Amino acid sequence: MSGAPGVVAVNTFREAVRDRVLYNLVFFALVMIGAAILVGQISIGIERLVIVNLGLSAISIFGLVMAVFIGVGLVSKEMEKRTLYSLLAKPIRRWEFLAGKYAGLLLTLAVNTSFMTLGLAAALFYVGRPFVRSDGSIVIAVYFILLELALVTALALFFSCFSSPMLSTLFTLGIYVTGIFAGDIRGFGDLTRNPAVKAATKLIYYVVPNFHDFNAIAAAAHGERIPFSLVWQNTLYAALYVTLVLLAASAVFSRRNLK
Amino acid sequence: MSTPAIEILGLTKDYPTGFWRKRMRRSLDNLTLQVEEGEIFGFLGPNGAGKTTTLKLLMGLIFPTSGTARVRGWAMDDIRMHREIGYLPEQPYFYDYLTARELLDYYARFFGYGAAERRERVARFLERVGLAEAGDVQLRKFSKGMLQRAGIAQAILHDPQVVFLDEPMSGLDPIGQREVRDIILELKQHGRTVFFSTHILSDAEMLCDRVAVLVGGKLRGVGSPGEIVAIEVHGMEILFEAREGRALPADLAGRAAKIGARYRIEVPEAGLYSALEQLRGCDARILSVSPVRPTLEDYFLRVAGDGRAKALAEEAGTR
Repeated sequence: MSGAPGVVAVNTFREAVRDRVLYNLVFFALVMIGAAILVGQISIGIERLVIVNLGLSAISIFGLVMAVFIGVGLVSKEMEKRTLYSLLAKPIRRWEFLAGKYAGLLLTLAVNTSFMTLGLAAALFYVGRPFVRSDGSIVIAVYFILLELALVTALALFFSCFSSPMLSTLFTLGIYVTGIFAGDIRGFGDLTRNPAVKAATKLIYYVVPNFHDFNAIAAAAHGERIPFSLVWQNTLYAALYVTLVLLAASAVFSRRNLK
Repeated sequence: MSTPAIEILGLTKDYPTGFWRKRMRRSLDNLTLQVEEGEIFGFLGPNGAGKTTTLKLLMGLIFPTSGTARVRGWAMDDIRMHREIGYLPEQPYFYDYLTARELLDYYARFFGYGAAERRERVARFLERVGLAEAGDVQLRKFSKGMLQRAGIAQAILHDPQVVFLDEPMSGLDPIGQREVRDIILELKQHGRTVFFSTHILSDAEMLCDRVAVLVGGKLRGVGSPGEIVAIEVHGMEILFEAREGRALPADLAGRAAKIGARYRIEVPEAGLYSALEQLRGCDARILSVSPVRPTLEDYFLRVAGDGRAKALAEEAGTR
């Protein structure tokens, strides 16, 4: 990314680094290795399953917390502290500012996730397990977590364009939880005979991002192969969804009065 | 005819108020004015007059209810306008995790300067605003005055043609205020247009080619500071020391106020020379003679009062 969005993105990343957000990585790596030692002692024969499950879940939860809590403050913090006033007087369009903020947080999350994945690899290495071909599914599972975080960040950014950080957090987490159960909600609608409920559950299924499809943690833990078709489908789905949400965020923010 | 630096046409801003946000409060009412290239233009008014609202509208930070404005011919929403302007917000606040040097470098990047030029500009403008020594200190450790200086540096970093300053003297000590006045005058020498808001009359008198007075969102007058805010001289103030053993003339003694070893007396403008003659007669030492003018606050109160009286009269007329 170059131009004005690139400048904003680099600064957003720098802010996250200086806010010591990334320092939790060291903590995470230590926790992972510590947990690996413990698990290695109590789960003979299933160390891999437990460590991969624990590690990927931690990566996902850590990332989610960062995406939501930093994401909802991306715009509101700049408005509240009025740092946006001097910035928007420069030759930068509002959508460029949003794109830069989004890219900056995504970069932060990518670096965070990469470090945490290294922590997971270190834990697997520590318990004396050689890396095998099926470990590729762990990398794909991490990639899916990143796609999920890209979606969550876009939603958090969207809500922060018009509501308070508290409400934005509630909205984003609400959609995330609904998205995890999107398939079940649709299934419930199929079982009912009420056409209104059926239509509502169908609408939720199509409108809310289907986060369930991004969860490949169990498959990776069991060393199962993840089909390539799912990789590109998820990639395309996330790219389209993120684009639409960012366009909506831009439309809202471009009309907003900065009091 | 050349394009005006700033052209404001019927700019109006209403804010919704109340729980249901259905009532409207007018913050700026049909503002029309024009600022020529190379002018220093003062925008005067008490708090809540609509000065900051006007500046925010011009910067595209808020959107007008009606009306429009152009800066050097560019519409407010045209990104090219932003290449030609600099803006210091009121009580500026910046990313406190950055140093002043990093902040200026960050802003300079939006103008596409290369690394070497950015370095040179940042160093030059830090020096210009007196922050050369504090360039590598994080902004979270800056005082209010230092933040104001950093704000002025970021506003003029890219040599803008038109500079908008919202209360530029705010938070500055007298030395800082003088430095900012010098910067404003220097900008004018280089042919730049400066539009600044203030509620300090002396700043406007000292610097401005023209001023506009805004009260309650309405424009009350535009013209030279002399025409607009100097208004009539109330009288003359004489500060003097009486010679030991010499009594003051009874006429003056009754009106003079003693301040330590000195006396202060206010006389009508027409009676100045007679009073001075009397003081010379008693061998008094004249320390200063200066005109007594209403303060800006007096002026605002009077204008606001006139506006209110006019509104009441109009209201009565429509009944």
